[in-house]
Amino acid sequence: MTYNNLAVAQLAAGEEAIIEFQDVNKWYGDFHVLKHIDFSVKKGERIVVCGPSGSGKSTMIRCINRLEEHQQGSILVDGIEMNDNLKNIETIRKDVGMVFQHFNLFPHLTILENLTLAPIWVRKTPKKEAEEMAMHYLERVKIANQALKYPGQLSGGQQQRVAIARGLCMKPRIMLFDEPTSALDPEMIKEVLDVMIQLADEGMTMVCVTHEMGFAKTVADRVVFMDAGEIVEANTPHEFFDNPQHDRTQLFLSQILNH
Amino acid sequence: MAIEFKPSPSLPPPQNSVGAVAWIRKNFFSSPLNVVLTVLSLYVLYLLIPPVLQWAVLDATWSGESKAACTAGGACWAFIAVYFDQFMYGLYPADEYWRINSAALLLVALVAMFALKSVNKMWLGFTIIVLYPIVAYFLFAGGVLGLEVVETSLWGGLFLTTLLGVVGIVASLPLGVILALGRRSHMPIVKSVCVVFIETIRAVPLITILFMASVMIPLFLPDGLNFNKLLRVLIGITMFSAAYMAEVIRGGLQAIPKGQYEAADAMGLTYWQSMILVILPQALKLVIPGIVNTFIGLFKDTTLVYIVGMFDLLGRIQAATHDANWLGTTTEGYAFAGFVYWAICFGMSRYSMAVERKLDTGHKRS
Repeated sequence: MTYNNLAVAQLAAGEEAIIEFQDVNKWYGDFHVLKHIDFSVKKGERIVVCGPSGSGKSTMIRCINRLEEHQQGSILVDGIEMNDNLKNIETIRKDVGMVFQHFNLFPHLTILENLTLAPIWVRKTPKKEAEEMAMHYLERVKIANQALKYPGQLSGGQQQRVAIARGLCMKPRIMLFDEPTSALDPEMIKEVLDVMIQLADEGMTMVCVTHEMGFAKTVADRVVFMDAGEIVEANTPHEFFDNPQHDRTQLFLSQILNH
Repeated sequence: MAIEFKPSPSLPPPQNSVGAVAWIRKNFFSSPLNVVLTVLSLYVLYLLIPPVLQWAVLDATWSGESKAACTAGGACWAFIAVYFDQFMYGLYPADEYWRINSAALLLVALVAMFALKSVNKMWLGFTIIVLYPIVAYFLFAGGVLGLEVVETSLWGGLFLTTLLGVVGIVASLPLGVILALGRRSHMPIVKSVCVVFIETIRAVPLITILFMASVMIPLFLPDGLNFNKLLRVLIGITMFSAAYMAEVIRGGLQAIPKGQYEAADAMGLTYWQSMILVILPQALKLVIPGIVNTFIGLFKDTTLVYIVGMFDLLGRIQAATHDANWLGTTTEGYAFAGFVYWAICFGMSRYSMAVERKLDTGHKRS
């Protein structure tokens, strides 16, 4: 037994879960990448997922909006089961924003067009309204003066802030971050983390795969540690960093904190 | 006490690396080998240019009624002058040339309107791709509004070449996109239909397809059900180049990073939305050189219709060289054909380079 189901059950008790993993298993060919994932996220909760590379943390977060398919168990997002039903997947993707490690902005569109694309085509927002909303979010990530440039003209940190604004333009109920600062120069990490902290303060439900332990300490409600496709330990940041329960967690923390 | 950091000012490049002399030295005389090659090239040009100029311009005959008029010893351009109308329009009735001319002018005008900022590009594209062909068809074929009917068997010359080329290009691009997407589809039936189509067509020479279109299909069709040979040939050419186009476009689709597909999916775009709005604009831009390559190949391949009895530009020229009055003018005829094909294909390639530059947003830094 690697993971204390009871603790999470208690943490989740009393409030509705917006994301729920029930005994989820996934394989890439023969490789068992996710093993018996039981896990839930409450509305408004900020979760940081950490762990060594290859531990399955990105795969897990990508199962939430079905960029990856799981083969066993069930995942409920906002009460909707993620299965082959395309309608369900589209409904969930409208409400779940995602920020990627490599930004994945669309290089052939201006910043403004990147932000308005999904609202116009998926939400059917009138163009003018979508542009106003886009400018609002660009101002929030302090980049409104770049609206008419192309992604290739922006720095990495600026591009990632645009990517966050692009996610917010769909007015999502959940934001997923898949290593949002891993591809950035050290000087640019802070500007992206600042935007994410601001977002957390506003009560957005966030699931964030990251190696930024400072961010985990200040922002997370819970830190989830994964290794070899399993959740080893999930706890409040205070307990997680000061009193890790599991040997594997202690080893991981000693390696990333003492270098 | 902190010291303020000030970047040092940028300096102009050193003098000896700019200017015409520097350019010539760098490009023609940068090493002993390059000096030799430059001198050798100049000598070859000296050997080639004067005789060609002598034949094509100085000693050429520009007007006359038959080969006998060409006595200056140079090129007999009178042949081209006499047959010019036929080379351009085939056997289309001379009184009706204006119909072809106005259709061509209309097309040029419509395409030029793309440069105007004030026009709606969607509507303009729709006009060119959907409305224009209908108008052009009735102009060419006649039979409406008192226009005299002109059988397609009379269509020929550069008119026919351009018609085959333009219709082939315009129809094969969307068909190629569909085939490329189909080949990458996860749906097994769609995928296998596309793979079989592409591989079969690519494995067969165009001549075979043209023979099928012009000779075999009428044999298989039931009596009374038959359609125009030009149309059959057009369909054959379109299918042929669509198969090549599909593979070019598939290359573009594969070059788009997975993250672009994922970002589009994660936003909730449907398959067709993400293809049309996100993936294809990038993929097609990447493979413009390959697409234009296919277009140019297609344009030149249209000369093969001569084999199934259609007289395009080359066919008309070849027929004209058999005229008893003009025997011995094949060189002039082929030189003319070569020049026309070169001008059109070179134009296409320059145009594609301009389009590429215009669409390049990927790596621009201000």
